[in-house]
Amino acid sequence: MSHNSESLLPSAAVAPPAPAQAAPAKATGRKRSLQQRRARAAWLLVAPALILLFAVAGWPLLRTLFYSFTDAAMDTPEEYNFVGLANYLDFADGERFGVLADPLWWQAVGNTLWFTACSVSLELFFGMLLALLMNEKFRGQGLVRAAILVPWAIPTIVTAKMWGWMFHDQYGVINDLLLRVGLIETPLAWIAEPTLSMWAVVIADVWKTVPFMALMLLAALQMIPSDLYEAARVDGATAWQRFRRITLPLIMPAMIVALIFRVMDALRVFDLIYVLTSNSEATISISGYAREQMVSFQEMGVGSAASVLVFMMVAGIAACFLWINRFSHEGKEAGQ
Amino acid sequence: MAQLTLEKLNKRYGDAAQVIKAIDLQVNSGEFVVIVGPSGCGKSTLLRMIAGLDDISGGNMYIDGTRVNDDTPSERGIGMVFQSYALYPHMSVYENMAFGLQLAKLPKDEIARRVEASARILQLEPLLKRRPKDLSGGQRQRVAIGRAIAREPKLFLFDEPLSNLDAALRVQMRMEIAALHRRLRSTIIYVTHDQVEAMTLAQRIVVLNRGNVEQVGTPLELYDHPANEFVAQFIGSPKMNLMPATLMHAGQTETILQLWNGKPLTVPIGTPASAEGTKVKLGIRPEHIEWGTVADAPYLADVLFVEHMGNETYHYLDSGKLGDPWVVRNSRRSDIAAGETVGYVLPPEHCHLFDESGNAFARHATGNGASRTPGIDAPPITFAEPMRTNALH
Ligand SMILES: Nc1ncnc2c1ncn2[C@@H]1O[C@H](COP(=O)(O)OP(=O)(O)O)[C@@H](O)[C@H]1O
Ligand SMILES: [Mg+2]
Repeated sequence: MSHNSESLLPSAAVAPPAPAQAAPAKATGRKRSLQQRRARAAWLLVAPALILLFAVAGWPLLRTLFYSFTDAAMDTPEEYNFVGLANYLDFADGERFGVLADPLWWQAVGNTLWFTACSVSLELFFGMLLALLMNEKFRGQGLVRAAILVPWAIPTIVTAKMWGWMFHDQYGVINDLLLRVGLIETPLAWIAEPTLSMWAVVIADVWKTVPFMALMLLAALQMIPSDLYEAARVDGATAWQRFRRITLPLIMPAMIVALIFRVMDALRVFDLIYVLTSNSEATISISGYAREQMVSFQEMGVGSAASVLVFMMVAGIAACFLWINRFSHEGKEAGQ
Repeated sequence: MAQLTLEKLNKRYGDAAQVIKAIDLQVNSGEFVVIVGPSGCGKSTLLRMIAGLDDISGGNMYIDGTRVNDDTPSERGIGMVFQSYALYPHMSVYENMAFGLQLAKLPKDEIARRVEASARILQLEPLLKRRPKDLSGGQRQRVAIGRAIAREPKLFLFDEPLSNLDAALRVQMRMEIAALHRRLRSTIIYVTHDQVEAMTLAQRIVVLNRGNVEQVGTPLELYDHPANEFVAQFIGSPKMNLMPATLMHAGQTETILQLWNGKPLTVPIGTPASAEGTKVKLGIRPEHIEWGTVADAPYLADVLFVEHMGNETYHYLDSGKLGDPWVVRNSRRSDIAAGETVGYVLPPEHCHLFDESGNAFARHATGNGASRTPGIDAPPITFAEPMRTNALH
């Protein structure tokens, strides 16, 4: 299982093949050793993917990094001066400038982390419930598994528009429902009210991405042989103890991979928030901040700097996850 | 150590056919009972019902006189060894064995004492820190047994525990399990499809077929007095030969048969209240057929092929029915070759007789060949060496 989960990690997909081991001394000259030939073939086979990855990911990243040190504007990117780190942080006349000095940036960081923490933990909770449910045998199981995918298949913009209508303060179904049930007395301004709008975004995101989490966890659950549960029942484990002591440890590697995927995605959130709540500062994410600098204010340099910071944040958190994952694996190995 | 009583135990899966059909069984305290039967006959289902992993559809189950139909597996106080071992892959050997004890909230030192005790019995001490994936098949099997022992159950259940092991290891583990039973004196119910395991391990064997108990008895009882054709053919390898015959004269202690080839044979088996002319089947084990001369022996057959095991030889004789040859087993080497015609003899005291529905006629007590030394009580028509002519010349 640990092997599967490791190969699922994004880093493993782009890692170059391990270099061939030192060739034996006698394998000199024309005749290459089998090892060497295999290593060459491996490099040849991954080369197209590496080139493509560099073209679509590496090059734009390098360009963004480059522009983040300039004062270029969006409409005239060829006219620029190097400004060093001024786009990130600058001191002039005792005042601080740059992205890192902008309260809105820190607001965006706070929003993004809050959004990520809330939505991913809710997804994990509901995803687990759904996965455990789908793992039971019942009539119409296949239908449920297919139906559960629908929210995941709907484009984010459509999701955002749909939830925008549902959250509408006058005509929305959510307010209508809450009023009828009697939970509220006056309609709530889900989108306009700063304290509510982030929850609206989280709810829409959870609805959309729970299926992903549920299916990842379901796949892991189905890897667990049923006789382990029977052995645990013989050992006297209650349903909760079986979940805690058998299920959870065994799906942990897959769960961590699913969490990495979801956290990466959530940290980059832009479209859902932008479509659902427009430019509201109450919900602006770090990606939204970068877009605003770049497109609304035409500040290519500042926007690039913000983008680089977004990249560093996402990469940093991903690295933490991978490290924790590896650390926990090593911890297990050491226990042997 | 516990006594187990099954009373008209039934199992039905939904609307599907009944898998276990009204089984009555009593397992005494400290007894080693093996349930044997072909694949799919319901052995695992029966064991899982005893364990409490499957619901009992009908009937009653008692452990030491207490009805336990609705008790959970741990309340029943059973320990179970699964065919696939079912070790927890994320726990060490020690943790695997301690898991049930931790759940039972035993004090730490008591857990350690019990785990170490069962590890000692099974020679698992050097492996306690390893994970199941770093163990060989035999070691995993021992851990699975150790996990059951550590719980100190009243009743041990084994579901085909040796079927994932290679032949040599199977023999070794078989002896270890037998030794374990001698040592722990616990009540064991052991399920297998392998009649050799059943014969070697069991104090009593339960032969199961399509959810029915065909016969219960000691290994030699089943071998010498199979209750029906199924048991006769299931116990013993190669299986018992069955030959068509007709009753010529039914008697209290003796029966005269006309065999398929028209020849008469008198067997010391009573067939009271049977009409003459009834079709019956004569059964004889491969090791009990003896060779005669082609000139004198009452029966002749062509040899289809010969298997040399080294210590014994199997001869497959043409029975007239394609794909169902009769087998003769000699415990010595043989130079009979395929294609030859041989003469053979059916010693009457080794014969079994089955009626048309497959039930055995009770054999005469003196007809039990088990206690005899081969050759001493043999009929006069036997020969030390097989004599034959080559049919092709
Ligand atoms: N969950 C189930 N639902 C329906 N039929 C089952 C189920 N489990 C087992 N059976 C049926 O019960 C019969 C006995 O199965 P099992 O006890 O596993 O046989 P054995 O262990 O003797 O090979 C088989 O015919 C099998 O198809
Ligand atoms: Mg079975």
